[in-house]
Amino acid sequence: MRAVITVIGQDRVGILARVSQACAKVDANILDVTQSVLQDIFVMVMLVDIQNLKEEFGSFADTMKELGKDWGLAIHVMHEDIFNSMHRI
Amino acid sequence: MLNIHDILETITMIEDEKLDIRTITMGISLLDCTDEDIQVSCRRVYDKVCKKAENLLKVGEDIEKEYGIPIINKRISVTPIAILKAAAKGDCVEYAKTMDKIADTVGVNFIGGYSALVQKGFTKGDLDLIASIPQALAQTKKVCSSVNIGSTRAGINLDAVKLMGQAILKTAELTAQEQCIGSAKLVVFCNAPDDNPFMAGAFHGIGEGEAVIHVGVSGPGVVRSAVEKAGDCSISELAEIIKKTAFKITRMGQLVASEASKRLGVPFGIVDLSLAPTPAVGDSVAHILEAMGLEKCGAHGTTAALAILNDAVKKGGVMASSRVGGLSGAFIPVTEDAGMIDAARCGALSIEKLEAMTAVCSVGLDMIIVPGDTTAEVLAAIIADEAAIGMINGKTTAVRLIPAIGKKVGEELFFGDLLGEGPVMKLNTNSPAKLIARGGQIPAPLHSLKN
Repeated sequence: MRAVITVIGQDRVGILARVSQACAKVDANILDVTQSVLQDIFVMVMLVDIQNLKEEFGSFADTMKELGKDWGLAIHVMHEDIFNSMHRI
Repeated sequence: MLNIHDILETITMIEDEKLDIRTITMGISLLDCTDEDIQVSCRRVYDKVCKKAENLLKVGEDIEKEYGIPIINKRISVTPIAILKAAAKGDCVEYAKTMDKIADTVGVNFIGGYSALVQKGFTKGDLDLIASIPQALAQTKKVCSSVNIGSTRAGINLDAVKLMGQAILKTAELTAQEQCIGSAKLVVFCNAPDDNPFMAGAFHGIGEGEAVIHVGVSGPGVVRSAVEKAGDCSISELAEIIKKTAFKITRMGQLVASEASKRLGVPFGIVDLSLAPTPAVGDSVAHILEAMGLEKCGAHGTTAALAILNDAVKKGGVMASSRVGGLSGAFIPVTEDAGMIDAARCGALSIEKLEAMTAVCSVGLDMIIVPGDTTAEVLAAIIADEAAIGMINGKTTAVRLIPAIGKKVGEELFFGDLLGEGPVMKLNTNSPAKLIARGGQIPAPLHSLKN
């Protein structure tokens, strides 16, 4: 099972490190990372393998959300199927 | 790798445009729960539904977390209770109380199926159930009731229309202390679908299987935003844009439906492709119509805009789902739609215009507050008019009116939550009493010579 982590907000040093550290802590294996700045907003999309995730998916999503809060980042963790089903026939 | 723009589009739809799954509804057959003793029958109903739906809430919440998509309601629909009542002796309200208890135990916010299908005549069970509706809705919180009084194949049971006019009024009177809320849980249908996941009209049709999962999608905000972004394009281009948006919304519904069905071990039924508004700002069907180019919902042109919207939603949605059903289309419940509430308050939207709108969209005269001194005959005549539109056009129509006991045109009722609020709307009060008193069956229409 794979999940998509999206990080949206103001760019600053250390975002990637912060997010990937949190992933490593729970054995979420990062498969791919894309990032860009769209209309002055930093956007990072990460594809992670959560086959061996050490905690419940729900609490992982909550942890990531919290992680972004103090840096003013919106971090979402969602199952990749939602994007596949909406944007692929 | 997924396209970054696609990902952001999905997140914007959910976060900013209020895209959600409106409901996961589990339909459960109660045909094996009959008994001559109503207490025994009620116990069977309770045991069966609680067992079947025990994981409904948890599975819904798990899916919500995993896919990051809000699932607003988890609900249950059951076999029309009038069928069980036909066998059982005793007070039909016992079934309603049992249903309310089930809703509390399982944790769903509504349970539908306190229903009767009387398009061609009454059984004793049907009559018992209809007579008990006001008390059933007054004594319960989460039970929804519906009665199908007509169909394209059977015509309209005018005796039932008359009874339902009285039932709506009585229900409002009994719940007058609670903003007449009882009537908001009572729908009168023509051509009621067997697989509707939306309340208050959901019931588990007798042609359905043992248990089934239906999903109702929503997303007026997403469609409005797409229409707004489209700018000054032609109406054909606009229809295309709505179609594409509806496709995406429905794909999400299909995903959730198949996942819920797999996890609950219950067959997938249908996805209902509806645009269901909520009173929240940005979640309004009226605002889509206004974004299409109307100064206010209710203006001349509203029926045309709604017809385009409704058709495009279906065309986009049908391809996105393996099975589509229910009420599929745009809903226009007045008190549940911020734009409709505004339009009704400023007088731009009348009940006559709403009636015309129901000829081209899903459902019918929905969540309309009428004066408290409206007679049962006028209510019945509104039902008859609406049912005639459904019968002749071969579509589902419904009536959910709330007589505001003790209030006049311009005063308001406040239900809160998804049911919303709104002003009392003006009705034509010339008496239809003689027509309604005639009773009998309105004959089924001709299926050729369509003019």
